Amino acid sequence: MIVAERKPLEEITGFVAGAKKVLVVGCRGCVTVCNAGGTKEVEILASLLRLNSQREGNPMDVDEHTMERQCDPEFAEAFGEQLGRGHDVILSMACSIGPQFLSRRYPNERIFPALNTSFLGGALASGIWSEHCQACGNCVIHEFGGLCPISRCAKSLLNGPCGGSENGRCEVSEETECVWQLIVDKMESNGRLEELSDPRLGKDWRTSRDGGPRKIAREDLIK
Amino acid sequence: MTKSPGKNGFGGNLARILASGAFAVTGELGPPRNGSREDVVRKTEHLVGNVDAVNVTDNQTAVVRMSSLAACLIAQKRGLEANMQMVCRDRNRIAMQSELLGAHALGIKNVIALTGDHQKFGDHPEAKNVFDLDSVSLIGTIKKMRDEGKLLSGRDLDGDDGRPGFFIGAAFNPFADPESFRVLRAKKKIDAGADFLQSQCLFDMERFKRFMERAVDLGLAERAFFLAGITPLKSAGMANHMKNKVPGVIVPDEIVKRISGVPKEKQAETGITIACEQIEELKTLKGVAGVHLMPVEWEHMVPAIVERAKLLPRPAFAGPLADPSAPRRPGE
Ligand code: SF4
Ligand code: SF4
Repeated sequence: MIVAERKPLEEITGFVAGAKKVLVVGCRGCVTVCNAGGTKEVEILASLLRLNSQREGNPMDVDEHTMERQCDPEFAEAFGEQLGRGHDVILSMACSIGPQFLSRRYPNERIFPALNTSFLGGALASGIWSEHCQACGNCVIHEFGGLCPISRCAKSLLNGPCGGSENGRCEVSEETECVWQLIVDKMESNGRLEELSDPRLGKDWRTSRDGGPRKIAREDLIK
Repeated sequence: MTKSPGKNGFGGNLARILASGAFAVTGELGPPRNGSREDVVRKTEHLVGNVDAVNVTDNQTAVVRMSSLAACLIAQKRGLEANMQMVCRDRNRIAMQSELLGAHALGIKNVIALTGDHQKFGDHPEAKNVFDLDSVSLIGTIKKMRDEGKLLSGRDLDGDDGRPGFFIGAAFNPFADPESFRVLRAKKKIDAGADFLQSQCLFDMERFKRFMERAVDLGLAERAFFLAGITPLKSAGMANHMKNKVPGVIVPDEIVKRISGVPKEKQAETGITIACEQIEELKTLKGVAGVHLMPVEWEHMVPAIVERAKLLPRPAFAGPLADPSAPRRPGE
């Protein structure tokens, strides 16, 4: 899923400075699962903004709404029902795709991203998420014991661990596992270490972001 | 497969010394954090005549310095053959191949292909990194340009005259993890085209020997030259720092104890003694073709070390760098 986290409150209060009426919009997709922008987080942010505005002597009306999905023209269309009530600012609590869809559909509204979209990943444990994919557009994890060296190695190495791998940790941070240690362990325990022995000369990055913004068009679905 | 310099005459002085079977010595020169030619010249002074070639680092530890190619040219003008280091952190395959062609045109004989330190520890941690290629891919790219006259994409270089005849270098680190993969990784580099490999700072001789034994068993020492990296310890403080703070370096307890056991003013001397003992041992270790000296901020110790380790005089091979009367190409 897409993992996101809320922007610092000071940044968000900056977005709404001077506003009388604000709408906070959540999303029931990935950001609900990663506890960043679902109904609960919308409620929390709205309360914080109310409190803050009262404390500053400028009480602000803050409305709450959570959409099924913000990254979908159909739901963006239906979101129109929430508008026309005099909101000065809309804060989107979806991943950054949401506010882009809403801004395109409602070009006259002032829409701000309340989250930072962080990475594609999953929860390792309650409250801990980590990056697992960089959407390179040509998945090769099956050649690396089911682990992704492109997103999980700090240098995206495809030919083995760099010289800084120590005790299973990445040279970049004690906090980060060296994915190459994990790959080697996995391949070794499966008796497949030899499969890592052929040099790979340069990945083709065209399917990645390097080839420009990407688009998928499925003939079978285009109406 | 045979080692390429003997067969194809790639490279220059270093390649010929290694091919001759003599125990080679390489040094290290970190370009200055400014644009001073004089600063580079000063650093060459301790090295000329004491090493066979010098690694010129490429923005080492991700700190901005004078470019490796520029500093290489200054060093070569002083008669010191350069090993141009090239890291994958800052440039993509287009920029790197272009620089390799330029380096060849300007008389660079040896190139060392490295992945590079992450920028997190450098002076621009806010930079975007590249890592389009990694060290193995870069080695393969250089070999392809040299042996096939092709770029990485498969496109031909124009004509055969401008093929870059580099002697290709790489790094190996027996001290990093996972240990079981380290020889395989070196093998990958050799399969990709590395002619010589230099190790990370050696302190753990047992682990180094284990590595070399496996490398010899796999026939790697017949296909490429292995040079052991020697960094003399200046003090007990430095020993502890290397042990605890530098990922991929192992300093065994005995060495820390030995250097901590002498009074402060004698520690540097002990560090040099340890380095010389290591070199002595390496001279007879199967598969080791030489040493790579990399004193940290202590370059002026190189003459004393090569002297004490009985590595002088260095063998001389006539060539454009060794012979000042030989015709020079522009820029050399
Ligand atoms: S190989 Fe590419 S698509 Fe597969 S997990 Fe890694 S970045 Fe994602
Ligand atoms: S330590 Fe491991 S994860 Fe970190 S950069 Fe090196 S190989 Fe990649």
